[in-house]
Amino acid sequence: MRNLASLLFAGGLAFLLMAIAALLPFGHPPVLAGGAILEQAADQVGAANIVTAVVLGYRGLDTLGEITILFAAAAGLGLVLGRRRAGAPRDPDAGPVLRTGAALMFPLLVLVGFHIILHGHLTPGGGFQGGVILAAAFFLPLLARPGTPVDHPGLSLVEGTAGAVFIVTGLVALLTGGEFLQPLLGTGTLGTLFSAGTLPILYLALGLKVGAELAGLLARLADAETDT
Amino acid sequence: MIWLVSVIVVLMLGAALAVLLLRNPVGAVAAASVVSLALSVLFVLLRAPDVAMTEAAVGGGLGSLILALSLRRLGLWRVEGDRAEQERDDA
Repeated sequence: MRNLASLLFAGGLAFLLMAIAALLPFGHPPVLAGGAILEQAADQVGAANIVTAVVLGYRGLDTLGEITILFAAAAGLGLVLGRRRAGAPRDPDAGPVLRTGAALMFPLLVLVGFHIILHGHLTPGGGFQGGVILAAAFFLPLLARPGTPVDHPGLSLVEGTAGAVFIVTGLVALLTGGEFLQPLLGTGTLGTLFSAGTLPILYLALGLKVGAELAGLLARLADAETDT
Repeated sequence: MIWLVSVIVVLMLGAALAVLLLRNPVGAVAAASVVSLALSVLFVLLRAPDVAMTEAAVGGGLGSLILALSLRRLGLWRVEGDRAEQERDDA
């Protein structure tokens, strides 16, 4: 019975895929959005990195949805993991190589993370990538010394403020007569740090939110008691 | 170029097979991060540096870290010659 159901499911899926392949010729109708964005983005948004122009300028709402999904996932994980008992044993500190390496890497990782976030509208990178690097930077000391206390209320404050800044920036655009999350403040000179209007602000908020969220998530995972 | 891509694709396939076949979960997590890192190099060659950075940071770094921490939470973190394991054997 189970094999029959699997066969039916696989057969149905294959039929649907073949129907799509037969009815829709490859590359038709041609998708015109990509070419149009490549032509217009530099003038309309003012971001030298076209990917950022799409991610925050043309598809800002999708990005808001992505960080909402990330927030839901982090909240769900925090719920599942639960709290740690007071007397639970901790892992011993790591060896001298990892401890010294973590101390050396921390400032460099913070610098690289903020560079990637703040230059997201100029060079490849942006809020998500820089945020993940920031989270890794703040997790490293915890990896070297598992007992290090983590400021979870502070992380939540950063995360909440950054998320609020993102949405408020979008609402301001809506209230001043534009669309939700439409870039404001003009485009500026293409390729300079203070260009592309509100896009750098949005990316900074995005990076801080992702970084604080993931750092808190990793800290909670590492803090969980081990089943042995 | 085509040779470089072929080497990377073979490396990815090998690492993906290793994820399935390795008995040691720690080794499987390491192999999974090799797949992600090789994929990020492939993205650079395809001139998609944004995607490459995301793949390296999220797939290679964060994803492996979360898998490794989950292994630790489940008590499956066994590295050969591990100090904790030796202590447990001694006790």
